[in-house]
Amino acid sequence: MITVDHVTKRYGEQLAVDDLTFTVQPGIVTGFLGPNGAGKSTTMRMILGLDRPTSGTVQVNGRCYRDFDAPLHEIGAMLEARAVHTGRSAYHHLLAMAQTHGIGAPRVNEVIDMVGLQKVARKRAGGFSLGMGQRLGIASALLGDPQTVILDEPANGLDPEGIKWIRELLRRLADEGKTVFLSSHLMSEMALTAEHLVIVGRGRLIADTTVDEVVSQASADSAVLVRSPQAAALRAALAGPGVSVRSEEAEVLEVRGLAAERIGELAAAAHIVLHELTPQRASLEEAYMRLTGDAVEYRTASAPAAAADLELVA
Amino acid sequence: MSTVTAPPAPTTTAFRGRVTQARVARAEWTKLWSLRSTRWSLLFAVVAMVALGIGISAVQMSRWGSMSAHDRAVYDSIDTGVGGYHLAQLAIGVLGVLVISGEYSTGMIRSSLMAVPKRLPVLWAKLGVFTAVTFVLMLVSTFISFFAVQAIVTQHHQQHAIGDPHALRAVVGTALFLTVLGALGVGLGALVRNTAGGIASFVGLLFVLPGVTALLPHSLADTINPYLPLNAGFTVTTSTFENSHHLSTWGGFAVFCVYTAVVIAAAAVQMVRRDA
Repeated sequence: MITVDHVTKRYGEQLAVDDLTFTVQPGIVTGFLGPNGAGKSTTMRMILGLDRPTSGTVQVNGRCYRDFDAPLHEIGAMLEARAVHTGRSAYHHLLAMAQTHGIGAPRVNEVIDMVGLQKVARKRAGGFSLGMGQRLGIASALLGDPQTVILDEPANGLDPEGIKWIRELLRRLADEGKTVFLSSHLMSEMALTAEHLVIVGRGRLIADTTVDEVVSQASADSAVLVRSPQAAALRAALAGPGVSVRSEEAEVLEVRGLAAERIGELAAAAHIVLHELTPQRASLEEAYMRLTGDAVEYRTASAPAAAADLELVA
Repeated sequence: MSTVTAPPAPTTTAFRGRVTQARVARAEWTKLWSLRSTRWSLLFAVVAMVALGIGISAVQMSRWGSMSAHDRAVYDSIDTGVGGYHLAQLAIGVLGVLVISGEYSTGMIRSSLMAVPKRLPVLWAKLGVFTAVTFVLMLVSTFISFFAVQAIVTQHHQQHAIGDPHALRAVVGTALFLTVLGALGVGLGALVRNTAGGIASFVGLLFVLPGVTALLPHSLADTINPYLPLNAGFTVTTSTFENSHHLSTWGGFAVFCVYTAVVIAAAAVQMVRRDA
């Protein structure tokens, strides 16, 4: 369990995280979603004790990260920015990290096998592709076999095969009952893996909810597309409180406030022929865009500030 | 990636130990030797330490006949024997800076501090491992250089035995001086957290500062000079002084150690306080 309690982080004048409060429940995959520069990486660095909150507290399993005697066994992390010396091989990078906890070379080779880096393990990490770098990051996160795993933008820059691999990995971790907290700026990625969502924008909490809830909210006010040669009659038949009908071309109606089933029933009752009846499901991406829209628009309007923030977060 | 791999299987072999200072030191040992730049720098320091004294003494002996009577009279084969430190000190100091600044420039420091969130054990381990390696390598190379130089200068009967006054102290003192110099490099690297800045401050403090005080009026410069880091530190490496404006052998070295300790203390304080 990760607890972020009224956390604010300021870098000089720049407010990166603004009074953020949420918890990451154990045993499920929680997505940490927000536009670039929303404060996701900063929050993750505070969870890992790398940055200190200006105010508020961050705890992992009820303790501050800095108080852990064996942090790699408590929580494993892959940060978005590279955290590997470019001149050192993947093997020696992992070995040095393992040795701080008395973890032996067999476990190092085990995690190298897990992420499929056997062939390049003895090569300098500086020559790694983005995908190989991500795999090395995941190997370090899994080194201590922690119950909690934090991954910052794990799918970033990966090819489709790499993204598939990450998805399977996340599913496996979830199946093992691990607490997974992963960030992304893409809703579509989250919908496939996460159960719970923490959505942030401009350093503030926008939503702390489940994926299902976002989906149902998104579809609640979505339209149904109806095609009928008797459009005018249908429009009359559907009229009622809370129902709005729009028509941009003859024979096509866009109905809001009625489920597709109900429209079909009403049409049948009025003996109206339907040629098409299609619910227009708002995609998760649209729902997410609607949630974070204000935050993004604000950021675009103040581009210099956003750029400065990104630099700090990178 | 061209290979498709199965996602990780449930794990069994992760040993659940906790972080100790000895384990962090073991990790720093691995880190030190797994970088090509470290191995090359240390090799350079060893070769420089051994070869410079030998080369210079060979040249001196070949020109012995044409040297002035005064030069012959003040010739000291102990100083030549440990003279390789003039080159080795640059390699050791720069490597000391790199040992930690390289972690900041590559982002490795985040991995290091995630594994050791109390942070200071990382600094102590780096200092401990690097100074131990430096001391052993430099002690051995200085001994080799010393005996090789004595063998070369025997042709003009200029040799000293290791038991002669100052000889053993100069040899061990050279290794100690280079070790503390390396620690100063680590301290500056940790304080500045940037390779270029760390090396610049190292070179500035040790090699540029004496040039600056040379511009001051003589009386003032003579008062300040003995206390400059390099002037204070190198007293322990030499058996003779060109002039009397130097601190005593161990007194000067103690001053040098104090400078180093101050830099390391400042680095430790900011390492704990600042965001990584």
